[in-house]
Amino acid sequence: MNAALRNRMTDKRARTLITPEGIALPIMLASRGSRAGALILDVMIIVFGLLAFYALLFWIAGGLLKGTGLDPSAAPRGAQEFLQILLALAGFFTWYGYFLVQELGSRGATLGKRITGIRVAARGGGRLTPEAVIARNLLRDIEIFYPLIALLVLAVMSSDSNADVGPLGWVMTGWFALFLLFPFFNRDALRAGDIVAGTWVVERPRAKLADVLSTKGAAAAQGASELTGARYQFGEAELAVYGEKELQTLERMLRDAQPDALTAVHATICRKIGWEPGAGDERAFLEAFYAQLRAKLEGEMRFGKRKADKFS
Amino acid sequence: MKAPIISSWFGRGQLAAPPDIASAALRSDRFRLEREGDWRRLDDIVKRMEGGGLRRICDADLLALPTLYRTATSSLAVARETSLDAATLAYLEALVQRAWFQVYGPRQGFARWMREFLLGGWSRAVREIWLDICIALFVMVAGAIVGWLLVAQDEAWYYRLVPGGLADTRVPGASREELLATLGTNASATGLSSFAAQLFSNNSAVCILAFALGFAFGIPSLMLMVHNMAVLGALLWLFAGQGLLVELSAWLSVHGTTEIFGILLAGAAGLHIWRAMAFPGTRPVLVAAAEAGRRGAVVMVGVVIMMIVAAFLEAFPRQLVEGAPNRFMIGGTILAFWLTYFFLYRPRSSVERDG
Repeated sequence: MNAALRNRMTDKRARTLITPEGIALPIMLASRGSRAGALILDVMIIVFGLLAFYALLFWIAGGLLKGTGLDPSAAPRGAQEFLQILLALAGFFTWYGYFLVQELGSRGATLGKRITGIRVAARGGGRLTPEAVIARNLLRDIEIFYPLIALLVLAVMSSDSNADVGPLGWVMTGWFALFLLFPFFNRDALRAGDIVAGTWVVERPRAKLADVLSTKGAAAAQGASELTGARYQFGEAELAVYGEKELQTLERMLRDAQPDALTAVHATICRKIGWEPGAGDERAFLEAFYAQLRAKLEGEMRFGKRKADKFS
Repeated sequence: MKAPIISSWFGRGQLAAPPDIASAALRSDRFRLEREGDWRRLDDIVKRMEGGGLRRICDADLLALPTLYRTATSSLAVARETSLDAATLAYLEALVQRAWFQVYGPRQGFARWMREFLLGGWSRAVREIWLDICIALFVMVAGAIVGWLLVAQDEAWYYRLVPGGLADTRVPGASREELLATLGTNASATGLSSFAAQLFSNNSAVCILAFALGFAFGIPSLMLMVHNMAVLGALLWLFAGQGLLVELSAWLSVHGTTEIFGILLAGAAGLHIWRAMAFPGTRPVLVAAAEAGRRGAVVMVGVVIMMIVAAFLEAFPRQLVEGAPNRFMIGGTILAFWLTYFFLYRPRSSVERDG
C-alpha cells in the first residue's frame, strides 16, 4: 500500500470498497456540507421550475379569461379544469420524479449532487436498486419537509389567531432537529433515508491523467539540463536519504509548484545530501533527482523492499 | 508481458499522442505508457455512459467495456506494487471506481423495473409483509371501534375527531334528509377531474407519511391509522343513528375499499421497517433495516398507484353512481381485484426464472 493510500486511510471519511475482482478501492464519503448544499440546490431548482410552470399556467388561464371579457363562469370549463389538474399533478410528480429519475440514471446523482460532485451508491458495494432509491427519497419528506411545513403552518396559525400552539411546536422542532442531526451521530454520515434504503453518498472521483514525468527534461533516460547541458548523477548513499513519502512530495512539486518553491526544495535536498546548491538550474536538478530516486525505490520495491519515508 | 494496445483509437478530447514508450527512463512509466491507450478509451466510454446512458455507446465499445474494466483493475493492482507515481495511481483508482459504478451499476432502467413490478414484484412484496398487514388491519379495526364507542359515549368527541371542513352538515343531530343529501350524486362530471387530482395528491401524501413515520418506531404510523379510522367510526355512528349505515357503507365502499386498503398497506410497510429494526434477528440492524426499507418502498410505489385509482373512483363513480347496490358492486369488485392480485396472483419472479 503506498503512502498516498495510507494517508487517505487515516481520513475519517475514507472507506475501502472491495470490487468483485478483489481490488481494494478507496472511496470518500461525501461531506455533510456538500450534501446539504446539493439538497438546497435541488430544492431551489424544483421550486423555481414549478414557479415558472405555474406562471405559465396562470398566463394561459389569463388568456382563457380574456376571451370571455374576464368573466370566469364564461370561460371554457374543460380547459379550466385541465389547467387545474396540471397544477395539482405537476407539483406531486416533480417533487418525487425529480429525485427518482435522476438518481436512477447512470450518474446516480441529481443536478444538485452533480454540481457538488457527489453521488448515491449502495452501501457495501452492491448494486444500487430502484427500491433503494425510492425508499431513500420517500424518507426525505418526513425528515425535513414535513416538519418544516408543519412548523410553518403552526407559525402562521399562531400569528393569525394569537392562539398558543403549545407543546406541538416543540415536538415538531424536536422532530426536525432529530432527523437533521441524524447524520452527525453515525460514522458514515447516514441520514434516516440512507439507513432504510441501504445507501450512502460518496464523492465522485475526478482525476485527470497527468503527464509522464520520466520522458522529458533531465528526468528522461539520457536527459540533461536544457539550460546548462549538465547531467546530474547521484550516488547510492545520496539517494538513500529519502523514501516514498518524500518522492511523492517531490512529484507533486514538479507537477504544479512555482519556481521559487522549487528553489527552496532544491536547497533543502542539496543540504541534505551535502552538495553545494547552485542557482538557475533547479528544475533540471530536481527532475534528475526525482527520476533516479524513483528508479532506485521502484527497483527495491520489485524485490519487496519498501521505504515509506526518510525515517524508515 | 505485452499488453494489447488499442492506441489507434482516439476519441474526442484526445489532445496529443502519448510520448514514445522507449523515451521513458523508468520501467513503471513504460508500463503506464503501454496501457495508457486502453485507460483513455475506458475513460471515454465511461464518460459517455455517465452523460447519456447506453444509447450513445456503439456496440464495439459496449463489448469492450468489461475487458477494458478488467484491464484497468489489473493495471491498478500491478501499479500499486511496482509504481511510485502518485498521479497515475490516483487516476487509476478514480477510473476503476467510475467504471465499477457503470459495470456493476443498476441492471435495469425504470421502465423495465416498472414492468417487473407490475407483473409480480408488487404482489410479492405485499405478501412478504403479511404479518405487518395483519397488525395494521387489527389496529385499524380497533381504531374504528374506538371512534364509534367514544362518540357513542360523548358527542363532544365527534367535533374533536372530525375536522370541520369535512363535516359541513354531517354533525350530531342532523336530520336523516340532510345526511342523505351528503351521499347524493352530482348531475354531471364537470369539475370532478380536478377534484380527483387534488384527492390524489392529498391522499398519497397521507400514505407516504404513514409509511415514513414507521421509521420513527412505528408508533406515529399506528397513531395516524387509529386517528383516520376513528374518524370513520364516528361517521359510521352518526349515520347509523339515522338508520343510514348501509347507504354510508355503500357510499364509502366505492373508493374506500381501495383507499383504506392503500392506507393499510402504507402503515404496514412502515411497521415492517420498524419491526425489522427492533427485531433484526441474526442480521446486523443496518442490513435488516435496508432489506425492510427496500421491500417497503416497493409496496409504497404500489400504494401511490392505488391512490390514483382511489381518487378516480372517489371523483367519478362515487359522485355519479346512485344507489347502494350499484355502489357496493363497484367497491366489492375493486376489493376482489386487489385481493386476487395480491394474494392469488403468484407469477415466478424473473430472478427465479433466470437462475
